[in-house]
Amino acid sequence: MAGATGQDTGQEGPGVYAEVRNWLLAPSWLTIAIFMLMPVLLMAIYSFLTKEFRGGVIWDFSVASYDQFFLDRGLFGDEPPQLQWAYLTIYARSITQAGVATLLCLVIGFPTAYFIATRPASTRTGWLLLVTIPYWVNLLIRTLSMKFLIRDTGPINEWLMAYGFLDTPIKMINTDFAVQLGLFYSYLPFMVLPIYAAVERYDFALTEAAADLYSDRWTTLRLVLLPTVAPGVIAGCILVFVPSLGAFLAPDLLGGAKNFMIGSLIEEQFKGQSGNWPFGATCAMVLLTMVLVAVFFYARQQAKSTRAGS
Amino acid sequence: MSTETPAKTGKVVDLKRYPGFAHLAFLCLLILYAPLLVVAVYSFNDSASITLWGGFSLRWYEEVFFGLEAAKFKTAAWNSLSIAVTAAIVSTCFATSAALGMLRTGAFRGRPLSFALISLPLMVPEIVTAVATLIFFNTIAFERGLGTILVAHIVFCIPFAYLPIAARLQGIPGIYEQAALDLYATRWEAFRLVLLPLMAPGVLSGFLLAFIVSLDDFIITNFVKGAGIETLPTAIYGAIKQGIKPNIMAISTLLLLFSILLVALSWQIGRMGTDGKKPAD
Repeated sequence: MAGATGQDTGQEGPGVYAEVRNWLLAPSWLTIAIFMLMPVLLMAIYSFLTKEFRGGVIWDFSVASYDQFFLDRGLFGDEPPQLQWAYLTIYARSITQAGVATLLCLVIGFPTAYFIATRPASTRTGWLLLVTIPYWVNLLIRTLSMKFLIRDTGPINEWLMAYGFLDTPIKMINTDFAVQLGLFYSYLPFMVLPIYAAVERYDFALTEAAADLYSDRWTTLRLVLLPTVAPGVIAGCILVFVPSLGAFLAPDLLGGAKNFMIGSLIEEQFKGQSGNWPFGATCAMVLLTMVLVAVFFYARQQAKSTRAGS
Repeated sequence: MSTETPAKTGKVVDLKRYPGFAHLAFLCLLILYAPLLVVAVYSFNDSASITLWGGFSLRWYEEVFFGLEAAKFKTAAWNSLSIAVTAAIVSTCFATSAALGMLRTGAFRGRPLSFALISLPLMVPEIVTAVATLIFFNTIAFERGLGTILVAHIVFCIPFAYLPIAARLQGIPGIYEQAALDLYATRWEAFRLVLLPLMAPGVLSGFLLAFIVSLDDFIITNFVKGAGIETLPTAIYGAIKQGIKPNIMAISTLLLLFSILLVALSWQIGRMGTDGKKPAD
């Protein structure tokens, strides 16, 4: 989806606008460098500053935030340091939630993408549009709709109880499942689109060849189709996993207080008087590092698959 | 290409088809649309209890426009719209210029890096961008308000505008502007009179996407907005913290329809001129 536009087109000459290239690129470069890159670097610096009460920082170098994040020194700070689990648990939970959401997206998204890619061209665009539209609908509203639907007194429970299938409502809201469902719902199109693109390029002669060699269709799926479209699957997984990891709305609205994720942890550090900006910056740095590692592997994978031909 | 092979039984089987995949695809659509439909339907519910159906009515829409909170939501909607329009215009201009710089200036060494910079806002998690931008404005002691929201929006709108514009530009062979230059057009004239009309569908669909993305944003806005300044999403979020009320569902439905309309429009425009052909890869 994103990769194609950064690559060489192969067919271009010297280019008419070569002389003014820097002027053409400057507005975007400067805007993003000043208002995105610099803030992120500043955030990295903030994570090494001292906390000021009432939110804000004192410009004194300190590793207190990282210490607070990783080490537990007891209630009075005088015990021998041990590994601090409080925050790592939140990160581990976020990874699990994002992982389950990714898996859910894959289980539903792969068959959907495959199904769309094997439709006749006339209905294919319609299907793609249907899958994409929800992504462009306000995320807050989508999460809110999900909350409304699965509440204890929401339509699902009300209907099931009205028709006598249930006596007491199924507890869906404020559970891990609700968060996973919310994340799945938020980022599903990110899974479908790259897989669709990969399956669309897949040569079905390979499937025929496999069938001629007495492979049944599930073996063909496992040994021929999946390895061939793997780059699309990996791209989809990363595109779902990364935003799920730092998601704020789904855990906030659907998860309740027990299902704290990274997004809420960070947000809390910047709200009100009890905030701790350097610590918030540290939490954000840890998240950013995790994401950049994922993106790096993704980029390497993409580079490998482009070099491999196609 | 036929993938239908007669099996031993003599029955024709479609090798492409996997049992259950179609069901999952329809399930996928159901999951995607059911919550939205339910909210849309219940926004017309006459009953004050938001779960019991009390007949069709437009009373919640009336409340949105004329009720107690009407003024608050009107201001928020106005803020949202003016920010989205401005951010979309600015980012579309920047992105169009950047697309020319990336794709019409010959091969250059900094291209991958330049592309990475332009797509940076897509890679950094939103919450991180939000925190970083807040810290930045706080450090330079810039008062938070509509201006800070606008700047933050322009930044993350650039890649969304860039992608469709660049995709479109990539499908246009370089001979057109070359021909214009051969006929003594200036570079600016070659762009304005030749390239821009050819790129127009991409530019328009980039503008619309940037507009939607700006209109939708909650997290970054929530961090960089000043006290007392609300956009529609932050106003809705504030309201639902006190419980979901039916008028919120009416607003949501309106916003929902608006987004769907814009996406459909953007999609249609993006397809214009390609005649259903696949753009050159």
